[in-house]
Amino acid sequence: MHYHPLTEEDREEMLRAIGVRSFEDLLQSIPAQLRVKKLSLPEATSELELRRELESLGRENQNTKTLLSFLGAGSYEHFIPAALPQLLSRNEFYTAYTPYQPEASQGSLQTIFEYQSLITELTGMDVSNASHYDGATSLAEAGILALRHTGRRKLLIARSVHPHFRGVLQAYLEAADFTLEEFGFEKDGRFRKGEFEKLFTEDVGGVIFQTPNFLGVVEDLEGVAEKVHQAGALLILCTNPLSLGVLRAPGEWGADLAVGEGQVLGIPMNFGGPYLGFFAASRELVRKIPGRLAGMTIDQEGRRAFVLTLQAREQHIRRERASSNICTNQALCALAGCIYLTLLGKEGIREAGELNLDRANYLRKEIGSIKGFKIDSAPVFNEFVVRSEKPFSQIASRLAGEGILPGLDLSHFYPELKGAFLVCATETKTKVDLDRFVKALSRA
Amino acid sequence: MLIDSDSKLSFEKSRPGRKGTRLPKDRCLKDPLKLLPDSLRRRTPAPLPELTEPEAVRHFVNLSKKNFSIDTHFYPLGSCSMKYNPKVNEWAAGLESFSLVHPLQPEEGAQGWLRIFYELENYLKEITGMDRFTLQPAAGAQGELCGMMMVRAFHASRGEVKRKKVLVPDSSHGTNPATAALLGYEVVQIQSNKRGRVDLEDLQKCLDDKTACLMLTNPNTLGLFENDILKITEMVHKAGALLYYDGANFNALLGIARPGDMGFDIVHLNLHKTFSTPHGGGGPGSGPVGVKKKLEAFLPVPLVEKKGGKFFLKEDQPQTIGRLKSFQGQAGMILRAFVYIRTLGLSGLNQVSEDAVLNANYLKEKLKKAFPVAVDEPCMHEFVLSAQFAEAKGIHALDIGKRLLDYGFHAPTVHFPLVVPDALMIEPTETESKETLDRFCEAMLQIRREIDSNPEVIKRAPHSLPIRRPDEVLAARRPILTYRDWLRENSDSDRHYEAALQSKAEAIPH
Repeated sequence: MHYHPLTEEDREEMLRAIGVRSFEDLLQSIPAQLRVKKLSLPEATSELELRRELESLGRENQNTKTLLSFLGAGSYEHFIPAALPQLLSRNEFYTAYTPYQPEASQGSLQTIFEYQSLITELTGMDVSNASHYDGATSLAEAGILALRHTGRRKLLIARSVHPHFRGVLQAYLEAADFTLEEFGFEKDGRFRKGEFEKLFTEDVGGVIFQTPNFLGVVEDLEGVAEKVHQAGALLILCTNPLSLGVLRAPGEWGADLAVGEGQVLGIPMNFGGPYLGFFAASRELVRKIPGRLAGMTIDQEGRRAFVLTLQAREQHIRRERASSNICTNQALCALAGCIYLTLLGKEGIREAGELNLDRANYLRKEIGSIKGFKIDSAPVFNEFVVRSEKPFSQIASRLAGEGILPGLDLSHFYPELKGAFLVCATETKTKVDLDRFVKALSRA
Repeated sequence: MLIDSDSKLSFEKSRPGRKGTRLPKDRCLKDPLKLLPDSLRRRTPAPLPELTEPEAVRHFVNLSKKNFSIDTHFYPLGSCSMKYNPKVNEWAAGLESFSLVHPLQPEEGAQGWLRIFYELENYLKEITGMDRFTLQPAAGAQGELCGMMMVRAFHASRGEVKRKKVLVPDSSHGTNPATAALLGYEVVQIQSNKRGRVDLEDLQKCLDDKTACLMLTNPNTLGLFENDILKITEMVHKAGALLYYDGANFNALLGIARPGDMGFDIVHLNLHKTFSTPHGGGGPGSGPVGVKKKLEAFLPVPLVEKKGGKFFLKEDQPQTIGRLKSFQGQAGMILRAFVYIRTLGLSGLNQVSEDAVLNANYLKEKLKKAFPVAVDEPCMHEFVLSAQFAEAKGIHALDIGKRLLDYGFHAPTVHFPLVVPDALMIEPTETESKETLDRFCEAMLQIRREIDSNPEVIKRAPHSLPIRRPDEVLAARRPILTYRDWLRENSDSDRHYEAALQSKAEAIPH
């Protein structure tokens, strides 16, 4: 097998060196009845044949090159500079191990440090960890931290937070016997203030908003942080990091924890993963945050050096008293985010934000002028809700014939939003694309 | 100089006005920013670094050259299975027909992806002897969380609410007790016997009607197969508890034995260990979880199923533990593992564990005279040595690991498992040649000689890498976790650095 260097000669020599007659002699500890007779698996395939098979399998997928897609809902099509995948494919990056030996891992450790720095600057927070699996699990860890920190047992969450995020949070909280309560949203997608205030009782340890929320609306959180802090609770904001070049950042809103999905930072949609959960916090919480942290120090000769630090929070040291059980995280995805933000830079992140605002707002305006379609007026970033008289399934099948994917049927996640669908337009769309979509909708 | 010693951050190389990429200049609307009310806009611009593309590329490429990696070095890390990461896997993951697919793509347009999920699940079922798999968990630790959530749900469904204890061997990986504790279980450690296996008497003592689960790795972290495994699973089931298999060491058993046949109820696998997906410097991984029929109802959603020749995602699982992450799972890693299994085929997969076990026993034989083996018996894919004897010279396993770096090898796992003093856990894997193993032995034997003749060179190692030993105490005492932290420290004064530099003259940090 071309990945296995041992030759027959090697094997014989090695068995002799070990002092056994055959390989079987090494398996004496295994009860005979457990020995596998023969696994039912296909035989080896040559690379040539396997590649043809994979290309054929790939053709059974629709992708953003074969379709003009306006589907967002937590996974987004964005421009990825060509330099990024090339840098990620440096063998020393992607085939490296976790940087537990700092002297052999300064490359990885410095990029983690830069990633942490970039996330804190972007979110306006004090500290960031080295990543979580994705936005949803990042939120789950933030929720648990808030409850442990305040000693309370309930979290309050906006219903307009991504349904998957809420689902994962629910699963994690149930496991630890905590509770989660929801407050709803107005017709235009903004959170329901009255309901939030009513449900925000003394037993709530943390409140969670997403902005832009799942419905694309940029939330007005004026006064929320003060109210939450007065009650001794923590404010957790889920956000889209790519929007933070133009939108008010979590730190500027007074958040204690900022989490979200970093897939938008140079990571392809990849049918759902691997993605990037970022996790940022205010300074007071640094010793409680889960996950890896890279810190700067000096070595024996006074050189700048990077190391994993505050490891006493982690499972390999604290075992059952660890703040989380996370071991492997999303290092290479965090590197992608780091490279992406570095290439975009101070100007680029602002321009990207502006482009997304431009494309989506133009599209929303144009769709709003089609008979039979209604839009709202709440501020949006790159996604928005459209209400249609015709059922979405009809629209979708008509547009599929024209090679267009119009968005997400919202009733799939929100039964109360029948007749509404979610449309996303990022900087990847040209005016020509948008006009083509509008024309197709008007004919649907 | 081949390795750039510059450790300047991108922020420090930044110059106002530089850009690393160019975005479209056209706008559909006149002033899109004006659409946002003032109160919703960013207050101060995010001060991201400003570098041109060539500067950024040089910055990152030079950083990469400061790393060890499996494509450049041998990593004898125990329980990590640092095997070769095949390039055809990367090729497949890079195909746009896979990477540019949205996770919520209507199912008729995602049949390629769904088939990959479905077929991988089938391969994993066959390989492990389990009945159903979820491919959703993002890593081994999340697989453990998934498994333990199902243990909880299983017992709850039978009204067995008293079962609040989880048993783990004292040689277990840290994620086992950490996961159990996250779910509010009381963690009880089972002792190892003189032969490094689970002490059956201790196990019997700890098993009662309050036990929810026993979490085991087999072979264990000493590289030894639990020969009494059938007895163990019988004992645990008799007490009404479940058995969880931590698949970190599964590289020893491909085609040799299956956890499902041993009696395990839940199994997690690490695709980034046994199934060759790259470590990426710390992830992404993937931790699929397999279960026996009696736990199927509790699996997280969605699951992938087939009906009438078409694949689909099933969300309707009334007793599910819920959802563990957004969307379906670490699809990119699932694809890589699928390609790996198809490339190896039956004969290749059978050879994996054979060569892994042979390599480990060969290394053990050649090293055991110089470094005592924790348990001198035929091992599986890994084994543990002890460097305790070197304590007299003030040398610990950690130092030996550091000295190995000078010889061009990544350190083995050090100071784990905790049951062996000054442990060196070594796992060569099947993708290393005999020549590499021989060179590694030479280096280890040379270090053995250095322990006697020149202990200082070990205590001060490594000598030949981009940095010497970093001050980890300082790093934890005054955490500098961002560029902003560093600016603050520096403006506070260079005093701190001067003071730290002075104290470098004495103690060697451990």
